[in-house]
Amino acid sequence: MPHTTDTADSPTPHEEVRTTTCYMCACRCGIKVHLKNGEVRFIEGNPDHPLNQGVLCAKGSSGIMKQYSPARLTKPLRRKSGAERGAGEFEEISWDEAFGILEERLARIRSTDPKKFALFTGRDQMQALTGLFARQFGTPNYAAHGGFCSVNMAAGLIYTIGGSFWEFGGPDLDRAKLFVMIGTAEDHHSNPMKIALSKFKRNGGRFISINPVRTGYSAIADEWIPIRPGTDGALLLALIHEIIKQGLYDRDFLVQYSNAAELVNQDPASPEYGMFVRFEVPPEEGCFDPQNKLWWDRDMDRPVSTMTPGVEPRLLGAFTLPDGTPVKTAFELLRERVAAYTPDWAAGITGIPKETIIRLAHEMGVTARDQKIELPIAWTDVWDNEHKTITGNPVAFHAMRGLAAHSNGFHTIRALGILMSILGTIDRPGGFRHKAPFPRPIPPCAKTPVRPEDVQPDMPLNGMPLGWPADPDDLFVDDDGQPVRIDKAFSWEYPLSVHGLMHNVITNAWRGDPYKIDTLLIFMANMSWNSTMNAQQVRKMLNDKDDDGEYRIPFITVVDAFQSEMVAFADLVLPDTTYLERHDVMSMLDRPISEFDGPVDSVRIPVLPPTGQCKPFQEVLIELGTRLALPAFVDKDGKRKYRDYPDFIINFETAPRSGIGFLAGWRGRGGEKSMKGEPNPNQWEMYEKNNCVFHYHLPKSYQYMRNWNQGYLQWAQAHGMTRHAEPINVHIYSEVLQKFRLAAQGRGDGRQPPAHLRKRVETYFDPLPFYYEPLEASLTDKRKYPLSAVTQRPMAMYHSWDSQNAWLRQIHTYNHLYVNPKTAAAHGIVDDDWIWVESQWGKVRCMARLSEAVEPGTVWTWNAIGKAAGAWNLDPSANESKQGFLLNHVISEELPAHAAGEHLSNSDPVTGQAAWYDVRVRIYKAAEDEPHETSPQFAPVPAAPGTSARRPWQNYFAGKFTRGGK
Amino acid sequence: MTQLALVIDLNVCVGCHACVTSCKQWNTSGQAGPLFDDNPYGQDPTGTFFNRVQTFEVGEFPCTETIHFPKSCLHCEDAPCVPVCPTGASYKRAEDGIVLVDYDKCIGCKYCSWACPYGAREFDENQKVMKKCTLCVDRIYDTTIPPERRKPACVLACPTSARLFGDVHDPESEVSIAIREGGGYPLMPEWGTKPANHYLPRRKTKLRIHEDELVRADNPLRKEDIRHETGKDVTLDDWLM
Repeated sequence: MPHTTDTADSPTPHEEVRTTTCYMCACRCGIKVHLKNGEVRFIEGNPDHPLNQGVLCAKGSSGIMKQYSPARLTKPLRRKSGAERGAGEFEEISWDEAFGILEERLARIRSTDPKKFALFTGRDQMQALTGLFARQFGTPNYAAHGGFCSVNMAAGLIYTIGGSFWEFGGPDLDRAKLFVMIGTAEDHHSNPMKIALSKFKRNGGRFISINPVRTGYSAIADEWIPIRPGTDGALLLALIHEIIKQGLYDRDFLVQYSNAAELVNQDPASPEYGMFVRFEVPPEEGCFDPQNKLWWDRDMDRPVSTMTPGVEPRLLGAFTLPDGTPVKTAFELLRERVAAYTPDWAAGITGIPKETIIRLAHEMGVTARDQKIELPIAWTDVWDNEHKTITGNPVAFHAMRGLAAHSNGFHTIRALGILMSILGTIDRPGGFRHKAPFPRPIPPCAKTPVRPEDVQPDMPLNGMPLGWPADPDDLFVDDDGQPVRIDKAFSWEYPLSVHGLMHNVITNAWRGDPYKIDTLLIFMANMSWNSTMNAQQVRKMLNDKDDDGEYRIPFITVVDAFQSEMVAFADLVLPDTTYLERHDVMSMLDRPISEFDGPVDSVRIPVLPPTGQCKPFQEVLIELGTRLALPAFVDKDGKRKYRDYPDFIINFETAPRSGIGFLAGWRGRGGEKSMKGEPNPNQWEMYEKNNCVFHYHLPKSYQYMRNWNQGYLQWAQAHGMTRHAEPINVHIYSEVLQKFRLAAQGRGDGRQPPAHLRKRVETYFDPLPFYYEPLEASLTDKRKYPLSAVTQRPMAMYHSWDSQNAWLRQIHTYNHLYVNPKTAAAHGIVDDDWIWVESQWGKVRCMARLSEAVEPGTVWTWNAIGKAAGAWNLDPSANESKQGFLLNHVISEELPAHAAGEHLSNSDPVTGQAAWYDVRVRIYKAAEDEPHETSPQFAPVPAAPGTSARRPWQNYFAGKFTRGGK
Repeated sequence: MTQLALVIDLNVCVGCHACVTSCKQWNTSGQAGPLFDDNPYGQDPTGTFFNRVQTFEVGEFPCTETIHFPKSCLHCEDAPCVPVCPTGASYKRAEDGIVLVDYDKCIGCKYCSWACPYGAREFDENQKVMKKCTLCVDRIYDTTIPPERRKPACVLACPTSARLFGDVHDPESEVSIAIREGGGYPLMPEWGTKPANHYLPRRKTKLRIHEDELVRADNPLRKEDIRHETGKDVTLDDWLM
């Protein structure tokens, strides 16, 4: 055999296995990547990883086709001079030029008006770093995608129980007996949910799914309860009504661990109206609830301070304090609130029969009460009471965007948190359980700046770019109550917009409201397509010019690994790497992958070198931060502090010698400490040797009841995860919301909303959950637009990411609009008909598919399968742009002008959560002579320089593929 | 005699397609590969997949069931694809019952795909040979792989562990017990092909609440000294003395 250096054809090709973390979705499973001659042979789930335990989904198993996709950007690009934005005409430039352009521009902005630089990112898993960069730069205009994702879920539950779903907590299906999933997309907590659901069903648990459509997880539910979109709040309030009426609530839990028994001032003339009565006014409080409130002593029939040993308080009732102040318990106010929310009432709104609602309430209440779990685990609560056991009421819930993406979502999710709490299921076995760093105080301590003066040239921002307002004084507004941020987050329009409003950035910047910006940097977000509402108009805004011929948004930089639709609108394009080519951290400072039994963080370690000139965005930020001499990135002489991103991760500390950095594992010089400790120069190696994951197992006595668990809270405080070891009582009644309401009513001497927003704030800052029709629906002619239109995300695609993936696009090549046969028949529509789906905002032509698995008042489609012609380096004739369609064209980013304003976001009035699923539509057949393709169509974009040629066919075989073999 | 097979539990399959692509990535670079993709970035992409998931609906709204149905070669004990093959390319292994295709003997006549009542065969339009599930025969005996991972790629990947793998002739194997105790059934037994693969049916868990369970002496409402509402909505509580 002749000597050859080409090992591809040798009988024993070089094989190796490397461990890292998946990023085909946001789930973050551990993977083992098998390489053959430097090409990916096989990606399997890592059996030793706590998250996925060896399994891997369709996306994770298709990582090979992501790595070798022809849509990959591999060179920095500059828009050709004279070319229009959106045309996608670029020229290659060097990284030196790219850095030079950005450095010059950003340095000028920073030294004049830092807020003219806006940094907004997609589902990037690196918000701790991007947020740090924005803060150091000094701009308030930073957020990630949460505002258009599920901020209602985060805020609604964190403001109620101090934690939320997915990264923050979830259902304990190992021990639950009844599991209710309501409004959950199929990719939200992907593999762990699948693993848990399967075990749960095999253990004989009962699984109920409440959803307008029956796909994915719902398919294997023991019972599917179809519901009209946007009416979940009505159902949840009716369930609370029935559970209270039957006495099926967990009284002991509510008394001990929530504010249900606390007395609320009911004197309308009092400045403290609607606030809890306090027996002493403490000095300056921290971000926790002081234990200075009152119960009503059942035996002595008089007020008594809460948690007085030996006292049993009233949970219900109206009383009069010795000074004559009328008071009611918070639970009494809840009972009065839900009195009118009968199952009969909810049936008319939700479309769920009254009998089913009553039965659901009884199933929940009786299961929680009669199938109690007692674990022989001794623990001590924050009031020094010793408990011999941990109790669990085995009813678990999971919910996500189906509840969140409505303009009434915040109150719906508050209602869910209250339902979970009255069943006594918070951080208990078989119910909801927290994941570190949750639970956190209600609300958490982080705060944004509060005044325009907190933004200063050449200075870091005076506060966090995102935070958790506790009262109107925490808003980020000027003296007239006007927003400081470009997205108007933390203003009176959306006071608790804790994740920002990325979905309004482009429209606001285009309009110059509240001001114009100079440079918009978008990382990994498809803001001209599936990640924006009103995609067609937003594309025009991105390309719109002032009278003087200058772009209204003067400079746009896009960082992405792939040629998404957004890339075409960039002035500067920076090619990111794939997940197999870079270091990454899933940090405790961000959104870690903790388990119920303790904190978990993890890393990515490159298994392949970067393709072409791809550079990880982390490295770009470190380099830019160094060039701009942002304080965190340079030493006192202004010299480079971190060699690169891995060096930054090892050595960065949240404060000098805080011992807290991005990674919690193997800290201390020799890796002997965890959670807190000096930087360890060998930290990356230690992660690599340990499956790229660090899992801290809390003692069993710290794993439950963490809102009130003395041992846990003291441990969390000692390890820098929480500031206070104080109880985190469930907010059945939200004083935070009441404070905003009082301000709107003109009470007190604090900040008050502008006149046109008073009514809005007063209405929606209700301290108890209430049901209202979604805002857009209330501003729509529902006789003309009788149907709800929603999207679901398929399990084999993550957002828009995977149409460039040769294997996954064979599973979802294009999408239909699913219509109930009765609804279709009323319009003469049959399978595969071309139809129009039209809202008051616009219309889209698409294909119909009849389905018995959708309630008749809803039409739906898979999200983000439709693509713009030529994007993602698909052939312009690809099905995605011809038959596939995007529902975003019929959804507006703003509400119709009404009393509260002309340009209010189409969002939840409390949190600014994008109300994707509020849209109302009608459907009708397309005319016979219309083309059989989706509309609107967009001029095809050419393949960007640096992308590779589309293979007309392929035979992938690892070790031979990129070497000419096919 | 050993008969390896898959048992697929429809009670937990959520239709995620992990079996589809994990199979593709293992097999395209394995002994059965490569697995062809035609027009992978253009119109009507198509390719060779040994696993496919079909989703269909049963019943009328609101009594609708959505079924995710993974399909692959069933490794029939009396495989109709074998005797029809004119070249002997299609064969069933005596030692473990796996049905395989010898690509070197296959002339691409497609008789086997006509004979297969399950549509489980995949013709490679590039190589012009018939391909199909091998139960990852190049994994399951590979001693360089840890013993617990010597399973078909789809079985390892499946997030709901809906796919069980083993010897259906061994009455004590996990798969035999699952078939026996879980109501496992073969597809279209009337064809007499005796598929080795089996499916487990959907099972429903229900909760029946007896009226008595709504009435309890320790009803917490009693601690508030509040009498139950009377009037139109009479509850069982009102019957307690």
